[in-house]
Amino acid sequence: MDPTSIPVLGVLIQLVGYLVEVLPDIAPIAIGLAAPIALGAMCGVIGERSGVVNIGIEGMMLMAAFVGFLVAGFVAQTFPATPWPIFGATPALLIGIVAAVLAAMAVALLHAWLSVSVRADQIISGTIINIAALGLTGYFNRLWIAPNPRLGAGTFQSFIPPAELTELPLVGWLLKAFLNQGPIAMSVIVIVIVLQVLLFRSRWGLRTRAVGEHPAAADTVGIDVLLLRYRNVVLAGAFAGLAGAYLTLEATGAFQNGMTTGRGFIALAAVIFGRWTPIGAFGAALLFSASDALAVAIALRPPTGHLGDLLTAIPSEFYASLPYLLTIIVLAGVVGRSIAPAAVGRPYAKESQA
Amino acid sequence: MSRLRGLWAEARPVVAVPLGAVVLAMIVASVVALLSSFFTEAGFDPSLPFKVFVGLFGGAFGGLDHIVNTLVNATPLVLAGLAVGFGFKAGLFNIGAQGQFLLGAVAAAGVGAALNEAPPPLAIGAAVSAGTLAGAAWGFIPGALKAWTGAHEVVTTIMLNFIGASLVAFLVLNLLQAPGFSFARTGDLGNAALPNAGFLSADLGRLHLGILLALLAVPAVWWLLYRSTIGFEVRTVGANPDAARYAGMRPGLLIIFTMTASGLLAGLAGATEILGTSHYMIASYGTSVGFDSIAVALLGRSHPVGILFAALLFGALRAGAGPMQLEAHVPSELVDVIQAVILLFLAADLIVRRLFRLRQAKRGIEAVETATETYGRKLVT
Repeated sequence: MDPTSIPVLGVLIQLVGYLVEVLPDIAPIAIGLAAPIALGAMCGVIGERSGVVNIGIEGMMLMAAFVGFLVAGFVAQTFPATPWPIFGATPALLIGIVAAVLAAMAVALLHAWLSVSVRADQIISGTIINIAALGLTGYFNRLWIAPNPRLGAGTFQSFIPPAELTELPLVGWLLKAFLNQGPIAMSVIVIVIVLQVLLFRSRWGLRTRAVGEHPAAADTVGIDVLLLRYRNVVLAGAFAGLAGAYLTLEATGAFQNGMTTGRGFIALAAVIFGRWTPIGAFGAALLFSASDALAVAIALRPPTGHLGDLLTAIPSEFYASLPYLLTIIVLAGVVGRSIAPAAVGRPYAKESQA
Repeated sequence: MSRLRGLWAEARPVVAVPLGAVVLAMIVASVVALLSSFFTEAGFDPSLPFKVFVGLFGGAFGGLDHIVNTLVNATPLVLAGLAVGFGFKAGLFNIGAQGQFLLGAVAAAGVGAALNEAPPPLAIGAAVSAGTLAGAAWGFIPGALKAWTGAHEVVTTIMLNFIGASLVAFLVLNLLQAPGFSFARTGDLGNAALPNAGFLSADLGRLHLGILLALLAVPAVWWLLYRSTIGFEVRTVGANPDAARYAGMRPGLLIIFTMTASGLLAGLAGATEILGTSHYMIASYGTSVGFDSIAVALLGRSHPVGILFAALLFGALRAGAGPMQLEAHVPSELVDVIQAVILLFLAADLIVRRLFRLRQAKRGIEAVETATETYGRKLVT
């Protein structure tokens, strides 16, 4: 194929047409793939808004994914139950979610202790959490899960919205995209909106932002900076836990070493791209997941004509690294222009202690 | 003797916390192995910690071939550990040693296979250079991004690790794949393989020239950091970027230089690993060098000599992991647990100091404060 023979404008128009055509099909996939990134980003937003950088989201997710899977698997083995009609939920899966959230909160507590009390470098603390999570889950995976190939509690089922909703003109596909999901992915949008409102309209939100922007000022008006940072980092861990639970209890039903594959870091980029707001971060997460979903669409239903030749000629490895490339581009293009909370990354000590 | 004692008195405050962390981590890891054995089919075995350490120690040092194995495992860790430590000195956290290692490895494998009939000095020189340059290029990217746009290197290097892995797969499956093998791999190295000490004794066959390169890199990096002008500037930027700017240094350029040099060292690690040990590259080349090198740099407190010893420790652990798994029936991943616990104790050095009643060291993990301060801020104005 001679590259000069491709009419560039024609291909671009074709691309737009193709995107519009596949959008209804890839939207549910994109929203599902966005769930762990968006939840991880919520963890990042709360932490950074209160002045604590959390590089360890990846590790918290991985730990939660592992613990959730293990606990759900053992519960399912001990108390087999028939799935409920809603979401195909079983006691095992629900207990698994709780276990995953608690596991991530425990890891978050460690991060809070290291970065708030010990005043260690927060980036090193987060990195150590990532390495530790990878090592511990790898060890226990080999010890407990690998010898039990039948261990597992299955996954939640996607909700099937009534046809009257999904067949509505114009908005039907959008409703389907948000509703044709498992419980965790479906709750993401609710969590994002609630956090957005809380962060900018509640007393807790005001205090959190004050502690992240100017801890000394917050301290003088009587806010316990250290306590609030502790509480927020541990609370934020719960969202990383949900993200991990999504991976093993909703998306795949299995655990693999290092299965988070950088989602925790993509979530951090989403935090920055979304200018430290929950809604913005959710939008950024959708952007990253859409690039993933597009690769799925191209593989399943390649477009025709020049565009098809072009897109299928691009090696699959390129599509695999597309979200990572996008993350770098977004970080490079946006960082200088979006302003981080002023005290982010700095441990706080009262003057008498410093 | 008194001179030795003086040296120890000087080194003690720096070395005590890492040593304490290692000892504590060994204890914690054996408790983990003991407790977790409750829930396996083999059942509870009170002598397990003993078996674990006999296996580990025997596997790492019990015999000449085992010692060679330890050295071979330590070689990439020395170089990649120096890479991460060099970054720390400039306040940069290069988590991308993994990607730089992979790029260095695939470049060395590709060039080495292409020149496998050239005279050995040429073939080896070209392959090693290709590897180091590829690593340097992969390190330059996050450095330039950080200096010019402020994108934090921790996130960009992680992303580049994943992109690098995809790139390696693409290269091995397409451009570099050699015909005549049952699986996708690069061609034979021929003359580009690093010479080894096999002519002395069969046991030394795995002892390759890369070990010498790693040993030479230690004083070289030390000289660069502590005796050269640019090293002084790198350390100043790491300690206080604003002061460095006022002194007329250019933090942006120094960041690019540091990340490139760091990538170069990691790339050299990849090149020597391929040319000395693996001898070819596969599409899904797996390695633990990326995270191990961070552990090595932190444990070695970013000092070249400290990194050398830390790399030997982790090399020994990696070499002993296999024999330990055979003898004690404990998964070799226990080494990852030990590594993780060492790191946790290093971060929480408060605990170590309380337990061993140590005073605060002047130099410690706080000396490797990363550039958190510059989070989301442009350095070049």
